[in-house]
Amino acid sequence: MKLANFKSLLWGLPVIVILSMLMYGCPSQQQLGANADAAQKVYVAPGEYDEFYGFMSGGYSGQLSVYGIPSGRHLYTIPVFSQEATNAYGYSEESKPMLNTTHGFVPWGDSHHPELSQTDGVPDGRWIFINENNTPRVARINLSTFTTDEIIEIPNSAGNHASSFVTPNTEYVSAATRFSIPMDDENLNNEDVPISEYSEHFKGTLSFIKVGDDGKMGIDFQILVPGFDYDLSHAGKGPSDGWSFFTSYNSEQAHTLLEVNASKNDKDFIAAVNWRKAAEYAAAGEGRMVEGEHYRNYVDHDTHTAKSELIEEVRVLDPRELEGLIYFLPTPKSPHGVDVDPSGQYIVAGGKLSTVIPVHSFEKMIQAIENEEFEGEIDGIPVLNYDAILHGEVENPGLGPLHTEFDDRGNAYTTAFISSEIVKWDLETTQVLDRIQTYYSPGHLMIPGGDSQKPWGKYLVALNKITKDRYLPTGPELFHSAQLIDISGEKMKLLLDFPTEGEPHYAQAIPADLVRPNQTQFYKLEENNHPDAVKGEDETRVERDGNEVHIYMSTIRTHFAPDNIEGVKVGDKVYFHITNLEQDWDIPHGFAVKGMNNSELLIMPGETRTIVWEPKKVGVIPFYCTDFCSALHQEMQGYIRVSPEGSDVEIAYGTGQ
Amino acid sequence: MKTKHRITMAIAALLLIALYFLPIWSISLEAPQYPEGIGLNIHIHTIEGKQPQDLQNINGLNHYIGMKKIEPDSIAELKYMPPIIAFLIVTGLVVAIWGNKKWVMTWLILFMLLAVAGLVDFYLWEYDYGHNLNPNAAIKVPGMTYQPPLIGSKALLNFNAVSLPHTGFFFALASMVLAGLVWWRERVEGKDEKNS
Ligand SMILES: [Cu+2]
Repeated sequence: MKLANFKSLLWGLPVIVILSMLMYGCPSQQQLGANADAAQKVYVAPGEYDEFYGFMSGGYSGQLSVYGIPSGRHLYTIPVFSQEATNAYGYSEESKPMLNTTHGFVPWGDSHHPELSQTDGVPDGRWIFINENNTPRVARINLSTFTTDEIIEIPNSAGNHASSFVTPNTEYVSAATRFSIPMDDENLNNEDVPISEYSEHFKGTLSFIKVGDDGKMGIDFQILVPGFDYDLSHAGKGPSDGWSFFTSYNSEQAHTLLEVNASKNDKDFIAAVNWRKAAEYAAAGEGRMVEGEHYRNYVDHDTHTAKSELIEEVRVLDPRELEGLIYFLPTPKSPHGVDVDPSGQYIVAGGKLSTVIPVHSFEKMIQAIENEEFEGEIDGIPVLNYDAILHGEVENPGLGPLHTEFDDRGNAYTTAFISSEIVKWDLETTQVLDRIQTYYSPGHLMIPGGDSQKPWGKYLVALNKITKDRYLPTGPELFHSAQLIDISGEKMKLLLDFPTEGEPHYAQAIPADLVRPNQTQFYKLEENNHPDAVKGEDETRVERDGNEVHIYMSTIRTHFAPDNIEGVKVGDKVYFHITNLEQDWDIPHGFAVKGMNNSELLIMPGETRTIVWEPKKVGVIPFYCTDFCSALHQEMQGYIRVSPEGSDVEIAYGTGQ
Repeated sequence: MKTKHRITMAIAALLLIALYFLPIWSISLEAPQYPEGIGLNIHIHTIEGKQPQDLQNINGLNHYIGMKKIEPDSIAELKYMPPIIAFLIVTGLVVAIWGNKKWVMTWLILFMLLAVAGLVDFYLWEYDYGHNLNPNAAIKVPGMTYQPPLIGSKALLNFNAVSLPHTGFFFALASMVLAGLVWWRERVEGKDEKNS
């Protein structure tokens, strides 16, 4: 191997790291397209629309942000894995079940990789999926309402990083455990064992979530894999449709100080999974059902209310017993991203510590499997011969190559984290064609459709990890930076630089025309079957049930009905069930009560939302609308009288006079 | 009457069936906050929003200035109109089968009188809605009334109201023109026959 060669290069690494760090102080501005040409390309006139919807993961915010491309306008933030006080996602009674897990209610999660649903390998604009790493979950977001419709928990997984990647017809969303954990043989339960016995007990799983035509998600099967860390994934397409590829690191099976101990092996692996074969095994009842409690939370559209369903078991397939499920592709030095080109021929790995970008050939991989060109076997999984499957290596691709996306002209674009640049190269010849500096340390990059079979290869967005000195400073915490690069010509050109919420980990984009026509503008009141809905002011009322008080309230410009409520007592549990009677686009009403230990409510037109308040002090408490809804918004308010515990004030309510 | 004229007269009568399905008048409102427009379509038997929710939204907006709610069920005209049109269809067919040119003219005059009465009534109805305001309204502009125009456009606070005949009206107009044509051809062709 070229190990000696590699090692000598590695010596140079600290020097380059230090050099690049010194350069942060004086960013070179020469590539900044600060000229009329760049300005024109990103200018979207007032009232005109952007060409693409860009979806950027919120990283540690747990949400998904929506941006217009090319303007870089922040359009919206969709709450997914974290509570959002703005609109009571995770605070209202209707949305709380979305965050149910087998660990109980989990109000925060880190969101990572959004991926659009696809039909025939092309993003179709129905849904976007996104994964959470910390408490392994995958969410499905409905793109007609830009709301989270479903969240499924992944059992037998510890850290769900390598998801949510879809197959070309959204048959499956795949997921993989980032951290391996000790699992008993019988039921894969997490065990109480010494951490030092890592190599004996620790295992991982790859999960395949089946997606129904209506979007309903269910874990079809999990595949047991050796105790490595599984990092990223992408599905095959075209000739490689039916396969999925997962990177792994820590094939050393270290359990402490991984920065050193997991960087020893010259090669780690890409796991090539024949998911179609696995699905056949699963359908035939192969493998076994094991305990695997996990929640599936979904929005019941009839009542606009989230429901939780506990699923007890999961099917597990074992490559030691079932042949042809997985093959390991040796891949240099801790590969991070794995990306399949639009033709489906090439599998590109980003070796974090590698000085080349290895490009595997799917055709050669299949030949190698047929010819049994194996270097060895790990836990029943054959390891293919590196040279037999290699299409080529991209030389001099920049330092720390991480992720690759593709245009529609046979070019690949790879982020180099350490050398802070994007490198453009030719997929066939593996020759570097162009490079552009980024500011600074790009992780993922995104080309609209760039991981599908139809890239709209006009723009590239670099999602950078370091932001300092790009914008007006905001103290120690800075939003991450995204950079829009024009890739329509031979040379890449920087067009725009804009801050993004949280850590925009990965992103997707789709032509606006595939999403915009399907937008819901308001919920039809006559289709609102929420059990606590009121369809008109004549149905509003207040009812006492023991120490629970249920207030069935309506909102319309510009009053609440009722707006005077009496008879509530300290120690009561007060449920505000509020229906927004508006049937007009963009007229939500808000609701907040002084001192409430919860959030506000934001109620969309035609929707019913419930929030719970437990009054602790005697007095007359104001409530009001928080969303400026009309000329008399400020008048949209009311009072609720709280009497002492045990007082005999009767329930009374009204609006008007 | 000649057979072809009887047929034409029958068509004139039958054209009025369209009024049961198509709106006869429309009022459109434009405002900065409603770039997509909001409006009402007036049928012989009901008033509908151009979009299903428009009526509710217009009533919601109107309550600020103290206008009455537009409630189709409580508008008497919408109850009288369908039988009046039915009467015109039936009498038109009777004229087509048994009538002569004088009957045609009588039917046409009756139709036109009813149409004029309808427009006058519509004006009065608009007048009442625009002037008869709740004294406790939130927004009171001295001297301001909110009567939409009978035909054409008019600025009402932040809204520009456009009132125009809709498709049903043109079916009624076509019916009148056909009946007039029958009367005219009968007269001309009758004279020709006398002269020859
Ligand atoms: Cu309001």
